[in-house]
Amino acid sequence: MSEWRYWLNEQRGTLMGLAIFLLMFAVYIANHPAGLTANVAQTAANKGVLFAFVAMAQTLVVITAGIDLSVGMIFILTNCLASWIVVGEPLPTALGVVAVLMAGMVCGAINGLLVIYGRLQPIVATIATGAVYFGLALLLRPFPGGSVNEDLADALTGRLFGVIPSSLVALAAAVLLVWLPFRRSRLGRAAYAAGSSEQAAFMSGVPIRRGKFAAYTLAGLLAAMGGLFLTFFTYTGEAAYASGSGYTLWSIAAVVLGGVSLYGGRGSAVGAIFGAFAARTTGDMLFVFDVDPLWQPLLQGVVLMIAVSIGSIALLRVRNRLDWFQ
Amino acid sequence: MTTAEIQATSPLFRMEGVSKRYGGVRALENAKLDVEAGHIHAILGENGAGKSTLIKIMAGVVAADEGRMLLDGREITFRSPAAAAAAGIACVFQELSLIPDLSVADNIAIADPPRRFGLIDRRAQRAIAEEALARAGAEDIHPRAAVKDLPLSRRQMVEIAKALASKPRILILDEATSALTAGDVAKVFAVLKRLRSEGLALLYISHRMHEIAELADTCTVFRNGRNVASFRAGTRSSSEVVEMMIGREYSNVFPPKPQRAAIAKPPRLECRNLGWGDRLRDISLSVAEGEVVGLGGLDGQGQRDLLLALFGVLRGTTGSVLIDGAPMAIASPAVARASRSAMALIPEDRKTEGLMLPMTVRENLSFAALDHVSRGGIIDRTAEGQLIDEMVRLLAIKTAGLDVPVGALSGGNQQKVVIAKWLMRKPRIVLLNDPTRGIDVGTKQEMYQLLRRLADVGAAILFYSTDYDELIGCCDRVLVLYDGRIVRELEGRDITEHALIASALNVDSGDREGTAA
Repeated sequence: MSEWRYWLNEQRGTLMGLAIFLLMFAVYIANHPAGLTANVAQTAANKGVLFAFVAMAQTLVVITAGIDLSVGMIFILTNCLASWIVVGEPLPTALGVVAVLMAGMVCGAINGLLVIYGRLQPIVATIATGAVYFGLALLLRPFPGGSVNEDLADALTGRLFGVIPSSLVALAAAVLLVWLPFRRSRLGRAAYAAGSSEQAAFMSGVPIRRGKFAAYTLAGLLAAMGGLFLTFFTYTGEAAYASGSGYTLWSIAAVVLGGVSLYGGRGSAVGAIFGAFAARTTGDMLFVFDVDPLWQPLLQGVVLMIAVSIGSIALLRVRNRLDWFQ
Repeated sequence: MTTAEIQATSPLFRMEGVSKRYGGVRALENAKLDVEAGHIHAILGENGAGKSTLIKIMAGVVAADEGRMLLDGREITFRSPAAAAAAGIACVFQELSLIPDLSVADNIAIADPPRRFGLIDRRAQRAIAEEALARAGAEDIHPRAAVKDLPLSRRQMVEIAKALASKPRILILDEATSALTAGDVAKVFAVLKRLRSEGLALLYISHRMHEIAELADTCTVFRNGRNVASFRAGTRSSSEVVEMMIGREYSNVFPPKPQRAAIAKPPRLECRNLGWGDRLRDISLSVAEGEVVGLGGLDGQGQRDLLLALFGVLRGTTGSVLIDGAPMAIASPAVARASRSAMALIPEDRKTEGLMLPMTVRENLSFAALDHVSRGGIIDRTAEGQLIDEMVRLLAIKTAGLDVPVGALSGGNQQKVVIAKWLMRKPRIVLLNDPTRGIDVGTKQEMYQLLRRLADVGAAILFYSTDYDELIGCCDRVLVLYDGRIVRELEGRDITEHALIASALNVDSGDREGTAA
């Protein structure tokens, strides 16, 4: 096999996520009354970016063969926090942003400590911490409200040079500054190794614990970035339980769409971003087809099922059935 | 070697009075070992003799309960495999320590990847991997290939390359050649001899006596957790060594074969012109009841695919399969197992294909036979218990109880559970895919006898093995595969090591293309 075949093999999941997204987005745009205008792109980007941050966060944990059911609640908690402290003059605003991101990291780090040192199953540990984070969000914002530095909010949810949605630029920055360094670092590799085969990783002297801790902590950071964007997008904070749960569950669907293996060890946050945008488009699609709101959840589920099925088409070509179980 | 000699040379590594217990089981008791630089030191013993524990202690995987270790005369303790690696002890484990989803290069450099500006430098890593693969004589493996896509023999070569990449002073090889092809073994041996001349200390664990005869300078035999003897290689005969290992006389490894006339029965399993892509071509064979037919050849020439095809695992096969002379479409393993063909497949990779490790011996055993012991969907616990007891006795499975997780058993006993699991269904056709890989002499011997007994009660047996001795000792006929075809059929006295190797390389068929392999 030549080099590019290996590259293709490595990126297959991500490319599949991209293909599913492009397909769905093309259908959406083709049926959108306005077509692909800067405005439509900006709205789609802003809504998609929220999902994308949460899905990236989920990816980091899923790579370690864990799952983070608190990721949507960190997102909601940081939104509520941001609606208090990301306000005022540029300096307090900047400090507020830093504090919100730190809060997200602390939440993620707590998850990591419970899973690594408490030896709790990730699914149980994060259900518990998710409830705690939501409880904190509720204490911060018993009722929807608060505000945010609107100049910053408008800058980050608007357009650069009139065409490029700036939220996409922020997302790209997160990929460049958080994801890629993580993936290329020793800790990132440890996270992958632990997810793929923890025993082999231990035998090989891989720093499993530090790798996992980094993954959980950075997941908290990315979820907090999502929470900030939610604040920039809505100008308020709201402890919305349904929204938090929804983001958590859809983030899992998004990582699967993006080719991240729930068994751990395989996949990329870039794929999860495409998966998140694809998942987001399922909702928008129903809007352009003018579907009765009563039918929307059902149809959205059907579209998601179809999208996930596209990803597993490759299994139909498997000729040795033992490969199904790998 | 005398005590005076040992003191005079002052070994690179010394272990004194080391003991280790797992619960009530003594895995290692007062073990002593001296490892010298520039020597290959063979460790021999049956499974469960304490070899694995010894290695795990040396490699920092587990800590000893008592005793001490000295490196360069200084006392050392390892808290983790990483600490042992830092001290220059590298280990090629029998249970592969590779990470399946990462690439070959990622795996080779996993312990300490080269970094630039804090990030992994992939170009430097690639260079390290290429160098290590070349040192191990495995240039054919692409550094970017994912480990999970490689066959077992290639993965084992990667494992060796990975150990070499850490530039060790002491290299431990635990059954490192068990999955390798003959060609690879020769390459690895050349590498090991070169390392010895470079002054490394090598600890070599293998069940293959002829490998030890070729490589070792010193041998230490373990039995029941104690080292029973250390001696210079070549000063004891093979059978003496085996007797030390098993503590009893070693004779008749292979049960006698019946006369050919006695097994001129109609074929139980037949296939005609079986094909599968370019992996299996035009395979026609037949196995009569009571017959043990071997599959030989180099590793990866389609033997495994052939067994999987017969068992209904592969899709898109061409040709036909006949059971008792009547055609049968085997669409899935469930069909293959069903009563008409009553087929059983003993897989090579017992950990993933044969057993559910966290589940108990009882559960694993009864899975394959639940329909034999249940009435109207309800499991008859008494019938189940009887059948299981019978199997545990028949195969002499050593377990603390039926409700112990299978993962806690030794490798040989795990493999016995796999076999027992299938025997409970009273199979009429048994397919075996290299079932004795990494299993000790005693268990192997039991397994050969079991095979012959199965054949004697009427089963048709198709047996793939990478070990030529097994094919010679066990089989009535051997079919040698090359590039997905049967290139030679050997029968009776014609089954010799020379004939097997020659036909495996496809060199005696007149054309010369085969020699390239």
